[in-house]
Amino acid sequence: MSDKRSEESPVVWESGLEITPVYGPEELEHSGGSGRIGRPGEYPFTRGIHPLMYRQRPWTMRQYSGFGTAAETHGRFLYLIANGQTGLNVAFDLPTQCGLDSDDPMAEGEIGRVGMAVDTLADIEEAFADIDLNKITVSLTINGSAAAIMAMYFAMARKRGFDLATLRGTAQNDILKEFVGRGTWIFPVEPSIRLVGDTIEFCAQRVPKYSPVSVCGYHIRESGADPAQEMAYGLAIACAYIDHVRARGLSVDSFAGGLSFNFDIHGNLWEQVAKFRAGRRLWATLLRERYGATNPNAMRLRMIAGGGGGGLTIQQPENNIVRGAYYALASALSGTQTMALCSFDEAYTIPSERAARLSLRTMQILMHEIGLTDTVDPLAGSYFVETTTNRMEQKIREHLERLEAQGGVVKAVAEGWVQAEVNRQAYEQEKRVRSGQAKKVGVNLFVEEGEAEQPDVEFHPYREDEARAQIARLAKIRAGRDGAKVRAALAALRSAAKDGTNVMPATLDAAEAYASVGEICGVLREVFGTYREPIRF
Amino acid sequence: MAETTRKIRVLIAKPGLDGHDVGAKILCRALMDAGMEVIYGGLRQAPAAIARTARDEAVDVLGLSILSGAHLPLCRKVAAELAAVGRADLVWLVGGNIPRRDHAALRELGVKGIFPTGSAFDEVVAFIRAEVRP
Repeated sequence: MSDKRSEESPVVWESGLEITPVYGPEELEHSGGSGRIGRPGEYPFTRGIHPLMYRQRPWTMRQYSGFGTAAETHGRFLYLIANGQTGLNVAFDLPTQCGLDSDDPMAEGEIGRVGMAVDTLADIEEAFADIDLNKITVSLTINGSAAAIMAMYFAMARKRGFDLATLRGTAQNDILKEFVGRGTWIFPVEPSIRLVGDTIEFCAQRVPKYSPVSVCGYHIRESGADPAQEMAYGLAIACAYIDHVRARGLSVDSFAGGLSFNFDIHGNLWEQVAKFRAGRRLWATLLRERYGATNPNAMRLRMIAGGGGGGLTIQQPENNIVRGAYYALASALSGTQTMALCSFDEAYTIPSERAARLSLRTMQILMHEIGLTDTVDPLAGSYFVETTTNRMEQKIREHLERLEAQGGVVKAVAEGWVQAEVNRQAYEQEKRVRSGQAKKVGVNLFVEEGEAEQPDVEFHPYREDEARAQIARLAKIRAGRDGAKVRAALAALRSAAKDGTNVMPATLDAAEAYASVGEICGVLREVFGTYREPIRF
Repeated sequence: MAETTRKIRVLIAKPGLDGHDVGAKILCRALMDAGMEVIYGGLRQAPAAIARTARDEAVDVLGLSILSGAHLPLCRKVAAELAAVGRADLVWLVGGNIPRRDHAALRELGVKGIFPTGSAFDEVVAFIRAEVRP
């Protein structure tokens, strides 16, 4: 009798790992064995970065939100907090992300559209009014203009009496991935990295509990990278920031603990688990072996894992509710510190309140009803999981070596190599979905005849009056502030940018004087110039 | 003879501040694979620059990709700029997050084909081939 299984087509993960039907001790041994699993909370942190993980520290739930004006966003924040959300993840509109004021001609039609509009400290003050920054940790999804927005956030906290020495929170502030996906870059590659370095150095010295950078494999994956590349490029980018800051004379132990990560979670469940366990171990190994770190905190890969936008479909959108639950499960099984889920309607709109609440409930059900917090890294020791973790680590290393062969990640991004690589894969994957080779329920499988038309794309209605009010508010602030103070702060910023001094103290002064995002970034544009995109296919 | 073998020339552009370019770049590859000549200039193209390129490069087709929701104000500007450079004749496509209620307004501006998120790139290829007869 023939073995039916051997006639089946091989199972190959997106990352290229071939999966066999059965795993046992031989496979594990052959992949490198179990010698590097270790204990939770201990080097090399395969099983998690804390000894007791969720038993002691349940994951933070932090949905992405923000739209319109600061006042509207403030209202949504209060709603999310009242519903049990323990952190905030702030979305900014495109002019803010690109370092432009609301009255800039390029901002026309974009004010408050995909996030909150911020021109000055006044907007930041209004958005976070009455929110206890010691209890709710705030994550700022800001990159190109991160120095300005972080300075405004610190200025607001200080004005309200919070001590910068104990202030917690996160900024995304990962500019290298913006050149690969997401696209809210402003300055050329080199000065952009220097600005990230300035924020890392400033936080290490003045805001030590704050995470100044969240390195995002996420958007690289969303742009077409496979899970192994997502991890490899994320780790390589983090190393680029470390190299830059170490060159300033800071010891890796003093700042690497401030780096955190943001990863994507759609696709094969087991592949995600292997990716995270392998990534955690590889990061710790790199920190210890390449950089000589001795502080365990510097070796811990802290992360937000979730989203999964690339896995959601506009066809049969209710299926995304189910997908979201499985992504959250993968995220919990992977030992994440923070979780955020794309809402089921996110493939075609900015999430409705109902959809955002459903995502939150999904995570809460996992935490409180299903038993995912009962014990640490429950998959550890499985022949399958440990073997694929070993193999995934090898894959990630191979991608890191390929990057090195390109001259390192900074050069590979500046020349558009990484961009072309991930876009080619996005195209190949799209072709596989179109041909049915990559299966997607509701898209190329189980598509019902006579199915209702796919849902319409929706946006928050764009309110011209609100945009005009934001512009008027900026004009009023400009008229009412101490002009001499602003000019002096911007002059100090200009000379810091020119002579290589850390720009953050001057940016903080400028923010406190109510200088605008556009004015602060304008000075930096003047000194640094703007990025020119390499187009490569 | 040369007329009939000339490749279809397509300008793909991203106006506005939206940085999501995966779809636009996938389409560029699909059009190139379909034997067309494709010009892509990257993110944040000003409407006037898009129109100038359309004129200077003598393209047959202009495809705009917009996911931020700012398609109406941006397309109004592009329409005016295309008219100003005398290229209102080209086959104009728009793709991205485009709600149905805005389709009529876009068509009024001169947009021939609208390809919302989720559209297949071969639909775009077929549409262009039907509209542009070399």
